[in-house]
Amino acid sequence: MPEVEFDRVEKTFGGTRVLHGVSLDIAQGAFAVILGPSGCGKSTLLRMLAGLERVSAGEVRLNGRRMNDVAAKDRDLAMVFQNYALYPHMTVAENLGYALKVARVPRTERAARVAEVAATLQLSEMLDRRPGQLSGGQRQRVAMGRAIIRRPRVFLFDEPLSNLDAKLRTQMRIEIKRLHLKQGVTSLFVTHDQVEAMTLADRLVVMNAGRIEQAGTPSEVYHRPASAFVAGFLGTPPMNLIPAEPTADGRAVEVEALGRFVVEGPALPGRAPLIAGLRPEHASRGPGVSLPVEMVEELGNGRLVHLRCGDRLVAVMLPEGDRAPVADRLSIAFDPDRLMLFAADGSALPQRLRAIAVRTHA
Amino acid sequence: MLKRVLFESRWLPYALLAPQILIVFVFFYWPTGQALFWSFTLEPPFGGAATWVGLRNFGDILASGEYWQAAVNTAVFALATTVVSLVLGLLFAIFADRGLRGLAIYKTGIIWPYAVAAPAAAVVWQYIFQPSVGYFGILNLVWPGIWNPLLNGTHAMIMVIAVSCWLSVTFNFVFFLAGLQAIPNSLVEAAALDGAGPVRRWFDLVFPLISPTFFLLIVLNVAISFTEGFGVIHVMTQGGPGNATEILVYKIYRDGFVGLDFSSSSAQSVILMGLVVVLTLTQFLLIERKIHYAGDDKGTRR
Repeated sequence: MPEVEFDRVEKTFGGTRVLHGVSLDIAQGAFAVILGPSGCGKSTLLRMLAGLERVSAGEVRLNGRRMNDVAAKDRDLAMVFQNYALYPHMTVAENLGYALKVARVPRTERAARVAEVAATLQLSEMLDRRPGQLSGGQRQRVAMGRAIIRRPRVFLFDEPLSNLDAKLRTQMRIEIKRLHLKQGVTSLFVTHDQVEAMTLADRLVVMNAGRIEQAGTPSEVYHRPASAFVAGFLGTPPMNLIPAEPTADGRAVEVEALGRFVVEGPALPGRAPLIAGLRPEHASRGPGVSLPVEMVEELGNGRLVHLRCGDRLVAVMLPEGDRAPVADRLSIAFDPDRLMLFAADGSALPQRLRAIAVRTHA
Repeated sequence: MLKRVLFESRWLPYALLAPQILIVFVFFYWPTGQALFWSFTLEPPFGGAATWVGLRNFGDILASGEYWQAAVNTAVFALATTVVSLVLGLLFAIFADRGLRGLAIYKTGIIWPYAVAAPAAAVVWQYIFQPSVGYFGILNLVWPGIWNPLLNGTHAMIMVIAVSCWLSVTFNFVFFLAGLQAIPNSLVEAAALDGAGPVRRWFDLVFPLISPTFFLLIVLNVAISFTEGFGVIHVMTQGGPGNATEILVYKIYRDGFVGLDFSSSSAQSVILMGLVVVLTLTQFLLIERKIHYAGDDKGTRR
């Protein structure tokens, strides 16, 4: 039985529906990350599981038990907040031990557990300080400790790293991953940062506009995006999305500026316009289509070349080894099998592509 | 901590402060100095040379039973007004903090009494509390003689305390509401997830976090009730019946302006002033160190 279940969950805020029937199962011990742009409803989903937000329709279950009407304090969940939400008038030790104090754990055991958690998170030196006297990273660790100490059934993380600088964020990310590997507690992590999402998740859920776009392992979601939205959201820089037209017989596709490609597999139904997707790292310098160069960005571990393609830009990643100068035009080559096809509504199509004629534009 | 500003000109800061210092001097230090001087002399009521009598004015006051009665009345009045108006203000603020529909109207409505001058409010309330023709007269129809602030000192004291509370409760409400709304919602949510129910959360979290507000209001309410009770008492009871509602500030007025005993009145003012100063200082020294100010960690950050 899954540890956490969302069953056709809906949420309405004063007449505006922000979640449209979300269903999601999270297995015991899994680390699920919900990724999505701001306003997609990911935090709302998390807060509904925490019991901080009412469920408008559908059901939230923990271990098969319906939770809709169970108070937050009785759900046995721990949450790390984006702003840490440390109690400002309590010391670090009091912050860590508060849940145990409420649960009437004897003083000696409480002290022992506080010391243990503090040691795990390198907070032992700061137990007598107040949150206001700590740095951002230290506060973050206290917030983590406050969640860990309870040994809850499920950990909830609401964008816990977004207030840290880049270096600390990477460090804490590894810390969180290590803790999860050690303790194996089911975790639900909400973020808008795709690097966090890709690295932490063993189950990645991409949300958009109150719906789940795709759920799967990070590799699946990256390599086989279920929709143009997922394709365009993941990857730095994200996948290039280029307009395309099927031919009359549905056996070939004309991709803007890149050329005509033969469809493998079943013929394309209808003549509705399509979207072709190409990841920047899947194209390189080579004999093929030549496009005007708009801009070159130096990344150190490579160069990102933006090419003019009709009225949009197509990004191509040149590997670090390619130091040849980039002039006004760049000729690029790519394996047509790497091209992805999406219907106009964004859903991925199963058809693969093979090149027949690559045209060169003037 | 206030921002330090450096002025290029040496006289400019003094020039900027001068108007305020002048006003404070004319309306506070000068009269205070005058009162201090009078309190050591016998001041003839219709002019003429004053006689230096040293501490005799103070001795007479402290030996007077009437004065001690006024002191007890003041303590009762100040304590009751402060406790009742703080508790009610806090309760109203807690209700309002729940985010009711029409909160803005409620907030505006509840602040109005503060805009009413104490004597004006006292006039209105006098009609309400009047034992024969006022609304409270209905009580006397059911149980004859149960309510009569005109004859019963305790009733009169209850009456002036109620009106003072009515006047100050809104002031406390606004401060408490601001204090409650400054508490981030996520803190309360974190405590809920830590397993604390609403009552527990209130005592462990909300109360400590609004304690600076609480402290400020205690100091203000005590200090204000020592002096501001005058308007209400002057209109409603004139310190009566007997001397049942005569508080220190009202006795100062009566002895000075009605009895024309400027010296005793001045000496009483000096004592009252000293009392307010001592009380405020004690409150600061006793309570303040136990209070956590949200911003005070910033200064000690390493």
